[in-house]
Amino acid sequence: MPKYILKRCIIAVFTLLVLITIIFFLVRLLPGDPFNDPKVTDEVRARLEAYYGMDKPLIQQYFAYLGNLLKGDFGVSLIYTGRSVNSTIAQTFPYSADLGLRALGLALVVGLILGTLAAQKAGRVIDYVCVLVAIIGVSMPDFIIGALLKLIFAIKLRVLPAGLWNGFSYTILPVVALSFYTLALITRLMRSSMLEVIHQDYILTAKAKGLSNFQVIWRHQIRNSILPIVTVMGPLVAAVLTGTFVIESMYAIPGMGKFYVESVHDLDYTMVLGMTAFYGIFLVSANLVVDILYGIVDPRIKLAESKQKADDGEEG
Amino acid sequence: MTETKPNEMTGTPAAEDALLSIRDLHVEFKTYGGSIRAVRGVDLDVAAGECIAVVGESGCGKSVTAKSILQLLPSHNSEVTGGQIIFDNVDLLQYNDREMQKLRGNKISMIFQDPMTSLNPTMTVGRQIAEVLIKHQHLSREEARKKTIEYLAMVGIANPEKRYKEYPDRLSGGMRQRVMIAIAMCCNPRLLLADEPTTALDVTIQAQILDLMRGLQQQFNTAIILITHDLGVVANMARRVLVFYAGKVVEEGMADDIFYRPRHPYTWGLIKSMPRLNSEKKEDLVSIEGTPPDLFAPPKGCAFAARCDHAIQLCLEKDPPMFNIEGRHCAACWLAMENMPDALRPAWMKAEKVNVEDFD
Repeated sequence: MPKYILKRCIIAVFTLLVLITIIFFLVRLLPGDPFNDPKVTDEVRARLEAYYGMDKPLIQQYFAYLGNLLKGDFGVSLIYTGRSVNSTIAQTFPYSADLGLRALGLALVVGLILGTLAAQKAGRVIDYVCVLVAIIGVSMPDFIIGALLKLIFAIKLRVLPAGLWNGFSYTILPVVALSFYTLALITRLMRSSMLEVIHQDYILTAKAKGLSNFQVIWRHQIRNSILPIVTVMGPLVAAVLTGTFVIESMYAIPGMGKFYVESVHDLDYTMVLGMTAFYGIFLVSANLVVDILYGIVDPRIKLAESKQKADDGEEG
Repeated sequence: MTETKPNEMTGTPAAEDALLSIRDLHVEFKTYGGSIRAVRGVDLDVAAGECIAVVGESGCGKSVTAKSILQLLPSHNSEVTGGQIIFDNVDLLQYNDREMQKLRGNKISMIFQDPMTSLNPTMTVGRQIAEVLIKHQHLSREEARKKTIEYLAMVGIANPEKRYKEYPDRLSGGMRQRVMIAIAMCCNPRLLLADEPTTALDVTIQAQILDLMRGLQQQFNTAIILITHDLGVVANMARRVLVFYAGKVVEEGMADDIFYRPRHPYTWGLIKSMPRLNSEKKEDLVSIEGTPPDLFAPPKGCAFAARCDHAIQLCLEKDPPMFNIEGRHCAACWLAMENMPDALRPAWMKAEKVNVEDFD
C-alpha cells in the first residue's frame, strides 16, 4: 500500500510537470503579449521585459519558473503591479472551494439518497420522479439552471439574493445550480448500481439472517453499490470546479474562476500558469485520493500488492 | 380430493410432533405472460431434529417452497396463494415482516447454493457472522466477536482469529460454505433450510460439508430440510425423502423406501439416471425423456403422464392423490392405488427390493 501511494505520487508530480510545461509554452504561442498597449513605448516595454525577466531566452525563463515553483512561488502578476499570484489564489480560492465543496456535498448527499430511493422503489412513482430529476439535471447545462433559479427565486419571488457571497442565504442558489448536474449523475449511477446489487445472492443471505430492511440497505447494499460513484468522483470534482467559473461570474462571487478567465484574456502569463498549476495540483490530488479510497471501499481491489489466495483451505 | 379410495390420504392433519408442517401450499409467480404455478399443493412435515431431503429437477418448486417458509420470495412478483406453514404451532403466513425478521437466522435459518456469491464481498467474514449474533442474541460487539471466533473454529476453519478479519475473496468455496453454515447455525436454529448446499462444490469438499452439517445437526438437534437434486447426497444425509415434480410432492417415504421400493415412475426415473461406477457396458447416461409440464397451464391429469412409460388413460384425465403404501411411504400415482390391477404395474413397482441393473 505505501509503495503504491508513493508510485502514484511520483506519477502525479510527473503529470503536473507535463501540464505546466505545455501551458508555459502554449500561452507564449498566443498572439500578443501582456504589454500590448499602444501607450507603452518601446523603451518602457524593454524595461518591463527586463524587470520581469522576459528578455532572457525562453528556455531559461522556463527553468527559472520551475525553480520558483519548487519554492512554492507562483510569481507576480504581469498586469496588476504588486500583486503576486500566490496572494490572488489565497484571496480568491476560499470562495471557490467553499462553493465547490458545498455543491459537491449537496450533490453527494441528495444524489445518493435519491438513487437509493429510486432503486428500492423501482417501477413505482418515486422511482419515476427521481429519474425525471436525473434526466433534467444531466441534460440542462449549469448556466441555464443558474439563470432559471435566479429568475424564479431572486427576481420573481424575491426570496433569495441574486448574487454576491455574504452569508448562508447567498449560497443557496449558486450551490444548487452548481450541484445539479453532479447530483443528477450520482442519482442515475447509484440507482443502476444498486438495482444490480439488490438481486445479488448476498442480499438474500442478509435477509435470511433476519436483518431489517434498513439494515440490509445500509450495511449490505449501499457499500456494494457505491463503488461506481467513487470511480467518477475524480471527474466529478473536476466538473464541479470548472462549473464554478460560470456560476461565479453569474452570481458575482469573488472566486478564482473570475480571475482565471480574466488572466487568459489579458495574457497575464504568470497568472494563467499559476492558476493552471494550482488547479492541476488540486485535480491530480483529488484523483489520487479517489484511487486510495477505492481500496478502502472495496477490499477486493488490492492496491498493486499481489493477492495471496487463501492457500490453507480445505484442499491443503 | 373427494375420492376416498382405501389407501388414499386426505389432507393429513399436522403431525403432533411436527416442528414444521406445510399444508397445501400454493405459490404463484406473476409474469407478463400470466401466472406460473410454481408450487401446487405441497404437504410437508419435519419433526424436531429430523433431516429430510427434498429432491427433484430444476424448477420443480423445491427452492420456492423453502424460500416461502422464510418469506424470502421477491414480493413484487410472487405470492403464496394458499395453504399454511405451521412452525411451532403458529402459522408463519400470518406473520408480518417484523415478526419474520425475529425468526429468520434465529429459529429458522437458510444456507444457499452458491457460497461464492452468497457472502457480502465488502464485509469481513467475521462481521457477517457477528452481525447475526448482535441482532438476535443482543450481544455486544466484543462478545459477538469472541463467539464468532468459536463458531469459525467449530465449522472447521483453521486460524479463526486471522480469518475473522478477512474478506470472503480470500476464502475458497468450501471455506465460504463453512462460513455460511456458521452464519446459519450461530443462533442454534431449530430448523435449517439447506438449498443445494453442496451443488457448487467439488466432490471431496461436498463430503466434508455434509459431514459438518451432520455433526452440527446431532450436536444442536436441528431439523434440516435438505434440498438437492443429487441422490448421492440424499443417501448420506436424510432419513426421509420427498420427491418433488412440477410443484407437487409425488412420492414420500423413508430413504430406503425411495431407493429400494420406489412406487412413482418419476422416482424410478431419477434412480435410473444416477450414474453408476460398476456399470460394465459403455453407455450414455440415462435420462428421463421429455420436459416438465408448462406451469402456466398445468395439465388436468398427472403432471408426469406425458413422460411416463406406464401412463394409462386415467392418468391423463385425473390428477392422482397421494396413496399410502406402507408406514409413511406414499406415492401420487394411480398405479400405486391398492385395488389397481397388478398387470398394469411394471415389474420394478412390484419388487420388494429393486436393483437398477435388473431393469436395464
